[in-house]
Amino acid sequence: MYVAVKGGERAIENAHRLLANARRGDQNVAEVTLDQISEQLGLAVDRVMSEGSLYDRELAALAIKQARGDLIEAIFLVRAFRATLPRFGASEPVDTGAMRVQRRVSSTFKDIPGGQILGPTFDYTHRLLDPALAEGFMPEVPATAEAATAPTPRVTDILGRAGLIESSPRSEDGASVGDLTREPLNFPAARDLRLQNLARGDEGFLLAMGYSTQRGYGRNHPFAGEIRFGEVEVEFFAEDAGFAVPLGSIELTECQMVNQFKGSATEAPCFTRGYGLAFGQSERKTMSMALVDRALRARELGEEATAPAQDEEFVMSHSDNVQATGFVEHLKLPHYVDFQSELGLLRKLRQEFAKANAPHTMKEAAE
Amino acid sequence: MNAPAYNFAYLDEQTKRMIRRAILKAIAIPGYQVPFASREMPMPYGWGTGGVQVTAAILGPDDVLKVIDQGSDDTTNAISIRKFFAKTAGVATTTATEDATVIQTRHRIPETALSENQVLVYQVPIPEPLRFLEPRETETRRMHALAEYGLMHVKLYEDIARFGHIATAYAYPVKVNARYVMDPSPTPKFDNPKMDNCPALQLFGAGREKRIYAIPPYTKVVSLDFEDHPFEPYRFNAPCALCGAENSYLDEIVTDDKGGRMFVCSDTDYCEGRQAAGHHGSLSAAPYKEKAQGGSNG
Amino acid sequence: MTTIAELPPGFVDKVLSAQSTFRSVMDAMARPGSVQRIVPMAGTPAAMMRGTAAIALTLFDHDTPIWLDAQLTESSDVVKWLKFHTGAPVVQDCSIASFALISDGATLPALKRFALGSNEYPDRSTTLIVQVDSLAAGRGFELRGPGIDGVATLQAAIRPADLFERLRVNEALFPRGIDVVLVADDAVVAIPRTARVANKGS
Repeated sequence: MYVAVKGGERAIENAHRLLANARRGDQNVAEVTLDQISEQLGLAVDRVMSEGSLYDRELAALAIKQARGDLIEAIFLVRAFRATLPRFGASEPVDTGAMRVQRRVSSTFKDIPGGQILGPTFDYTHRLLDPALAEGFMPEVPATAEAATAPTPRVTDILGRAGLIESSPRSEDGASVGDLTREPLNFPAARDLRLQNLARGDEGFLLAMGYSTQRGYGRNHPFAGEIRFGEVEVEFFAEDAGFAVPLGSIELTECQMVNQFKGSATEAPCFTRGYGLAFGQSERKTMSMALVDRALRARELGEEATAPAQDEEFVMSHSDNVQATGFVEHLKLPHYVDFQSELGLLRKLRQEFAKANAPHTMKEAAE
Repeated sequence: MNAPAYNFAYLDEQTKRMIRRAILKAIAIPGYQVPFASREMPMPYGWGTGGVQVTAAILGPDDVLKVIDQGSDDTTNAISIRKFFAKTAGVATTTATEDATVIQTRHRIPETALSENQVLVYQVPIPEPLRFLEPRETETRRMHALAEYGLMHVKLYEDIARFGHIATAYAYPVKVNARYVMDPSPTPKFDNPKMDNCPALQLFGAGREKRIYAIPPYTKVVSLDFEDHPFEPYRFNAPCALCGAENSYLDEIVTDDKGGRMFVCSDTDYCEGRQAAGHHGSLSAAPYKEKAQGGSNG
Repeated sequence: MTTIAELPPGFVDKVLSAQSTFRSVMDAMARPGSVQRIVPMAGTPAAMMRGTAAIALTLFDHDTPIWLDAQLTESSDVVKWLKFHTGAPVVQDCSIASFALISDGATLPALKRFALGSNEYPDRSTTLIVQVDSLAAGRGFELRGPGIDGVATLQAAIRPADLFERLRVNEALFPRGIDVVLVADDAVVAIPRTARVANKGS
């Protein structure tokens, strides 16, 4: 005797209780606090803010805690929260040239105005597991100096003054910036939308795409013109006040790649740009983004687009990890109705195959 | 902390307006996929976010909502979505097809004929019927613009040449109002005829792919076929083992590891309704009794 | 001059009134020729009908450029009310409007001047909202097309009198085209681009 299985509702509730317990882990171990996540897992918070498209350290830390450290799940939580927030407008463009720089390196010049500033970086650390950290560890007091008063102009601006690099396209006055969270995306997409897509895009995906250009799939000869990380002011133009009001400051990483360009009959050879920008300290992300941004400019620069990283539809349609993880993981959902339909068709085709081949087999058997 | 506070039916009003405008255009251009700025929903893309956004945009406090997945009200994702709307919109829910004013579905059309006062909302994973033949949106959009569907016919004809049949068992393409080729969502082709001249409004939401499309009531919906190879809906040739129905779509249930199997209605509400009305199949547990215990995931 | 404080109010319950109004418009669009009622009421500036006001509050916002006919443009109350309650930009060029509000059908511009969409994006077209004298009495019309079980009949007093003849451009334009919502007080009837309308008995 067969009775259709019920009780899914209860199964879901039980599963969620199990999840809550698994998230907490051994209750003899102190519970992690949002401050601890924000302070000690800061780069995870930065990534969740960037790809979650919401600058809020506390919410990002909460999302990481709730997601048990699964960063894509945390990004998803932040995105779902962000999706229904009221929208008041767009800020004024931030001026990264006026950034209070904590780290700033250029690979194209030995020294630059304002200096190379290593800042907090994994670069040049030896990747040896450090047992001292497991014990509980008090770091040495960092060296300090007076904040430099000298400006730190962007390396691309220095190249730009000599006309050696294409000028950064200025947007028309009053032109609105596209927003793919508010307007459905159409192809071909303009660079503002491409950059937004990449900024929200999965770090791992962009890393692989950027890497592929270095290995010859759409090679564009990049130099890391500059990578800078620090604080910038955000301002909002208030219509009633008639002037821009400061909203506060945020931490950003910016990467400007300098790429080769051969020039054309009408244009003198000059360097071209690839651009990366992300919340917090996100160097791998911004460098990958800059490589992919440059690759996606192939058509605009009259290059032949043959590689995956140069294919706008391919890159933009698959960069979003919240979309990707949802669709990949939806294969867990029941598909038995379709499977049944497929099974029926397969059985029929096999029967017909057997029938069509039957006389032949019998003949063979008789021989 | 910026503590979350959510609106009736979850979505903010600006999002609802945007979706509502898309729905009106979708109805006005039957079978055409209207792009919309799909939002991240609190469930994953691919799990019904398009359907959920459409439902959230149309749902009102007087609606009665039914949610099915694979034809069943009790599959986990159907339960999850039903609870979401019960919680965020406080609407009444039902499992009875005829009592519902809005039915959200994944992969099936109910067996009970729909009526004029109902809206059927489909969850759609890949809205573009030409996508597997041509991955580029710029290309498929051009094909729709020119009503240039030769590629689809070639594909179907290649099936016939190779297998003697059109080898598409679900998500079987249809032509709506003699103009747009449309993906019916991954319903088994058994359900395709129900879309034709249906009294209910049919709305389709694809969240990840950001498209909404519609079939108005009483609209011609034709499954693509050839004169010498007409469309045939597939159904396993057996009565339902529980209610004896001979015209419903059946799930195959594997009953042991020795090849034992049985066939029962995939539409659980339809099956239960028939059993309650006294219909019995060869294996029905009479009187029908709900088995609600145990941690099994329904 | 009316100040903002003196403007007629919007919906009392923004969320549920918009939902109810939308369902009426959706049902109208899904069943061309059927007369749907708009229940929730908002304050209405003179020159605008109750149904028109409710539809505006339900569907217009910053993202929808709207075009007003001369009679509505002349009413500073209408313009202020729309701006305050919906935020929708009022545009002079009707070929970029998402919606056009017509209170005096006699001055309706040629339909081809509105956005008709493209073959790739036929949804990028203007929806006309036309205020008419009656959707209960007047000339008889027969409608056919998607959404209609055979034939639907409509009694209506409409200006311009040849509106449906003009809408025949939709046949050749499809999938591009113009969708129309007719409003008489609290009654609405939609004529999507797929509807084919004929004079009854002709």
